[in-house]
Amino acid sequence: MNLHGVWAIYRFEMARALRTLWQSLVAPVLTTSLYFIVFGGAIGSRMQTVDGVGYGSFIVPGLIMLSLLTQSVGNASIGIYFPKFTGTVFELLSAPISAMEMVLGYVGAAATKSVVLGLIILATSAFFVPITVLHPGAMIAFLLLTALAFSLFGFILGIWAGSFEQLNFVPMLLITPLTFLGGSFYSIDMLPQPWRTVSLFNPVVYLVSGFRWSFFGKGDVDIALSLGVTLGFLVVCLAIIAWIFKSGWRLKS
Amino acid sequence: MPEPILAVAGVSKTYKGGFTALHHVDLAIRKGEIFALLGPNGAGKTTLISIICGIVTPSSGTITVAGHDALGDYKAARRRIGLVPQELSVDMFETVLATVTFSRRLFGHPANPAHIERVLRDLSLWDKRNTKIMALSGGMKRRVLIAKALAHEPEILFLDEPTAGVDVALRRDMWKLVHGLREQGTTIILTTHYIEEAEEMADRVGVIDKGRLLLVEEKAALMHKLGKRELDLTLVEPLAAVPPGLERWQLSLVNDGKVLRYVFDATEEHTGIPSLLRALAEQSISFKDLETSKSSLEDIFVDLVGERA
Ligand SMILES: Nc1ncnc2c1ncn2[C@@H]1O[C@H](COP(=O)(O)OP(=O)(O)O)[C@@H](O)[C@H]1O
Ligand SMILES: [Mg+2]
Repeated sequence: MNLHGVWAIYRFEMARALRTLWQSLVAPVLTTSLYFIVFGGAIGSRMQTVDGVGYGSFIVPGLIMLSLLTQSVGNASIGIYFPKFTGTVFELLSAPISAMEMVLGYVGAAATKSVVLGLIILATSAFFVPITVLHPGAMIAFLLLTALAFSLFGFILGIWAGSFEQLNFVPMLLITPLTFLGGSFYSIDMLPQPWRTVSLFNPVVYLVSGFRWSFFGKGDVDIALSLGVTLGFLVVCLAIIAWIFKSGWRLKS
Repeated sequence: MPEPILAVAGVSKTYKGGFTALHHVDLAIRKGEIFALLGPNGAGKTTLISIICGIVTPSSGTITVAGHDALGDYKAARRRIGLVPQELSVDMFETVLATVTFSRRLFGHPANPAHIERVLRDLSLWDKRNTKIMALSGGMKRRVLIAKALAHEPEILFLDEPTAGVDVALRRDMWKLVHGLREQGTTIILTTHYIEEAEEMADRVGVIDKGRLLLVEEKAALMHKLGKRELDLTLVEPLAAVPPGLERWQLSLVNDGKVLRYVFDATEEHTGIPSLLRALAEQSISFKDLETSKSSLEDIFVDLVGERA
């Protein structure tokens, strides 16, 4: 196993984030604060509680998920897209490193960044609303699994993308709407039919629900189902990546 | 012949669009030699190198690096190879030292600051080690690419068009470095479309055109073949036949006897030109113009292809 190679990629990717450390910290803190002012303050004052939880506290898991998904996809996709764009990918392709080792480096770094970001948002939230985490182990597990799964998805996106437009297109037109419609800021029980049933086809519902369960012991769907969907998504992404490297799709001519 | 350090067997490449860039290439590289792949633009040099290094997938054929199959046992094969690509592809936002250290690690080695320092000093990059790559000139970027390729101490070094658009200083440094590497036993494979470069550098030369490896020869033998030149003497008085006494130069008359032509080998120490001119003077054959021409690479390819056909 080429651990030095994995470590080199991981460090390279982390260094990229550290160069813009200030933005990496300020942006999520600011955005989170804005959400609390708008959703928690303005709307939450009329909603009071959802499932017996104060609205401000209720949206914390969804808020973290929203950032986790967009940042995982964004970080991992740019990480592999940029070498393709500049041509430096030749070095990765000619290096004695396996597909899975490369994924470990890129996806590991992207996932690390989003988990740190998730924790920053959690800490920021604690300034605005009371936060209790009923199942801290499950909370961390969901955080890690989701970050990994969507970083893998981002990695695939980065390999697929042929332009910066395409790179931005998917997060904007797929991830953000799915997250907003995935019960980040409401319980899907609050939706009228048929939208409640339609929502069940949105994989993000299961992520948010599982994550919320780890906070409040309650979610929109069963916790086992949440975990199953998250793991399933992860496995599908891994399989696609294995195929990409085997076939050289979009990487080799 | 001892087992080659690199063996290319029956490698063909047809790109997705249907264009065949390589036709069944066979090539064996000896350990420790400097091999020049000589061919015009579009001949397939970069394609061949990219296939050996794992960047392009071959349509057929096998590659063996020090006994390791380049596809099946790719890690063992690739660890031994360093590649300096034709394009200046570098990480603009990284510093020189960081990017070269990255390369060493990527190829599976622990950091070795002493080695990296040596490589950077050899390439006159040490003073620039903390400079961001985007602030470097084109020539300096190429030096960085060479340093990256040498960071993991490869046994085989590929230099794809190393002197294209390169200044004199870098050219000189590069040749010094190449010879130094050869002394240490590194095998070097470079591509070029300049005969002079192949001549200056290589032990053996392979000529490639339109995706076919036309021949592989010791440099001396090839230069002999390629070194033929013509000396054309435009005569004051046209001649009907080559005068007796000039047989040893095997002259010919062209252009209705107005031009006397001598074919000689520019790589020989004695070209026979001074003695020919003396002999002409003795016979009072005077000329008003004198011109030498050498076969261009294109001519040579035409010749070589002609020979094969
Ligand atoms: N990715 C590609 N897709 C299609 N054709 C290609 C590709 N890369 C190179 N070619 C074609 O293959 C031929 C050989 O190219 P190349 O190996 O770069 O030649 P050289 O390095 O000798 O100049 C050229 O005609 C080129 O246009
Ligand atoms: Mg080329």
